[in-house]
Amino acid sequence: MSAREAILNKVRSSLGTAPSDAARAETVAKRLADAPAGVIPARGQLADKERVALFCEMAEKVSATIDRVKKPADVPKAVSTYLRARNLPASVRMGADERLRAMPWSGVKSLEVKSGRADPEDEVGVSHALAGVAESGTIALHSGTDNPTTVNFLPEHHIVVVDAKDIAGDLETVLSGLRQRFGKGKMPRTLNLITGPSRSADIQQTLLLGAHGPRALHLIVINGG
Amino acid sequence: MQISSPAFKTNARGALADPHLQEALGHVRSGFIDKRQKAVDALPEFDALRESARAIKDHTLAHLDLYLEAYEEKVKASGGHVHWAETAADARSVILDICRAVGARTVTKGKSMITEEIGLNEFFEKEGIRPVETDLGEYIIQLRGEHPSHIIAPAVHLTRDQVEADFRRAHNHLPPTRDLTEPASLLSEAREVLRAQYFAADVGITGANFLVAETGSSIIVTNEGNGDLTQILPRVHIVVASIEKIVPTLADASQILRVLARSATGQEMSVYTTVSTGPRRPEDPDGPDEYHVVLLDNGRSSMLGTEFQDMLRCIRCGACMNHCPIYHAVGGHAYGWVYPGPMGAVLTPSLIGVDKAGHLPNASTFCGRCEAVCPMHIPLPKMMRHWREREFARGLNPATQRYGLKAWAFFARRPRLYRLAASFAIPALSAFGGARRRFRYLPFAGGWTRHRDLPAPESRTFLQQWRDRETRKQEART
Repeated sequence: MSAREAILNKVRSSLGTAPSDAARAETVAKRLADAPAGVIPARGQLADKERVALFCEMAEKVSATIDRVKKPADVPKAVSTYLRARNLPASVRMGADERLRAMPWSGVKSLEVKSGRADPEDEVGVSHALAGVAESGTIALHSGTDNPTTVNFLPEHHIVVVDAKDIAGDLETVLSGLRQRFGKGKMPRTLNLITGPSRSADIQQTLLLGAHGPRALHLIVINGG
Repeated sequence: MQISSPAFKTNARGALADPHLQEALGHVRSGFIDKRQKAVDALPEFDALRESARAIKDHTLAHLDLYLEAYEEKVKASGGHVHWAETAADARSVILDICRAVGARTVTKGKSMITEEIGLNEFFEKEGIRPVETDLGEYIIQLRGEHPSHIIAPAVHLTRDQVEADFRRAHNHLPPTRDLTEPASLLSEAREVLRAQYFAADVGITGANFLVAETGSSIIVTNEGNGDLTQILPRVHIVVASIEKIVPTLADASQILRVLARSATGQEMSVYTTVSTGPRRPEDPDGPDEYHVVLLDNGRSSMLGTEFQDMLRCIRCGACMNHCPIYHAVGGHAYGWVYPGPMGAVLTPSLIGVDKAGHLPNASTFCGRCEAVCPMHIPLPKMMRHWREREFARGLNPATQRYGLKAWAFFARRPRLYRLAASFAIPALSAFGGARRRFRYLPFAGGWTRHRDLPAPESRTFLQQWRDRETRKQEART
């Protein structure tokens, strides 16, 4: 008997059930198909403007920094301002996301835009978020050529562009959106839900930013009012 | 790892006398409790979410066989591999085979209690593979040759000075004059040292907070980002998880996520919640080429259908130990195996046997705080009582305790005799208590009086006082 059979048999015998129990199988199939939502906190259930404001407030609470711009074309300048303010080299790493690629990067003098996955030398990464979650100030990013996962973790500074219309009140809404995009039961290789810059409190419970991931998370919200 | 749970009493005595440990434990008492309370107060739906989370796990456990099958099918459909392991030894050998197949020499690891449970690091070293812990706390204790003393804060038993000394000893390629006085400089140094390891590793191993049947995904929840670098940079990602980590859907995982971080560290959400499904897709520029899940039973299936089934709802947040007066006093190592605190006091006897871990369910004041803060409503004190009953039934506790209990039972079943005996004993004890109303020494109570005085009883018994009170109430009414 394989380990698989042995474990499943033990589980069934402890539960006092047989594999032929059709009612149980139906319950499970229905639950997986319906994926019912549970308790959704009221906190994020707000009108558009307030929802975006809550997203920014929650993200700042966890030490992300926020910049609001009117339109996508304003993003390259906002990135350049961020780099200069922190004395960072004029070079960013970026994936193939069309929304990012359509922005006027050449309009910013001497800014180098490197494409593809991140290298250990990259100091700044730029990504476009799939979505934001207002209830916790979280951004959602998924793997692929558009926004490679290494860009989220290797550079010391991670700049993430979020379109205000993609900011949902709660996590469940973002996950349903993903379900529509990839098909029910299918997922990209990696979905990252990121809430603030990397941190650790492993030494004497002292909270420090910048453990293994980025030391700084900067969010640029488009149409953020 | 070596089991020292049978020596709990000796371990605890040592812990109480260790000044470094006592200093470090002060940070547990002050840190976790307030942070959790603030996070709970900030979310009006917290209790409703706890109920929801409990119902999800109860439903899943009642259909565990079916959800495991559904999960396996989805992992395969996304190009991943599922390996089933009945015991710790089986899991180790499956993992070794995967590592050997790619000629792995260095393996990075995200924080995982399950790999502690199967003793993976010691095994790797014996087999000539170098395991590198990447979570800061885990990295520190690996340098010291220790094991985690807390399930989410593995180095919580150490002070900054101790960590500095370890780094100076281990990182001897760095200038000895460097400044390491601030925790921030220690963190930067660990970041530098570990960066190179992520790229050198052939295999990355993580645990899982959840396995999702709907999508075949594994989810890890971290703050440092080490778990992510561990799984996206090497060629192979191995997930090691026990069978009760399954939840039906992503919506279910979202419910439990809301109570997990709040209960653990008082965060609304941990920094990184990462959902991983299969290996990298053909078009992906990064991610592992292979994705393996090792599903471990190691005694869980035998807990189903017993009075210990509720323990399988545990999501390893650590709230029970953060609120436990015993844990605060002795720390995690005294418990003698992988899982400390109240959750360990229930789980350890299930996994290694009550004959070895019998002291653990006894190391409780039954104050009930663990159950009060448990996000999954696990009745921890009740289950510790079940272990005490089993221990008694198997004659595992010491003779003095057994005879003491028998003597007490003799009187307790004879109320008149009990009252008569008490009416002599209580005033006598009260009189002997002297002006201080305390005993510094009392026969048969040395375990108590060695560390503190025993208060002398009031001059009258509880029943006498109760009767008087009732009489007074009666008189007041008439």
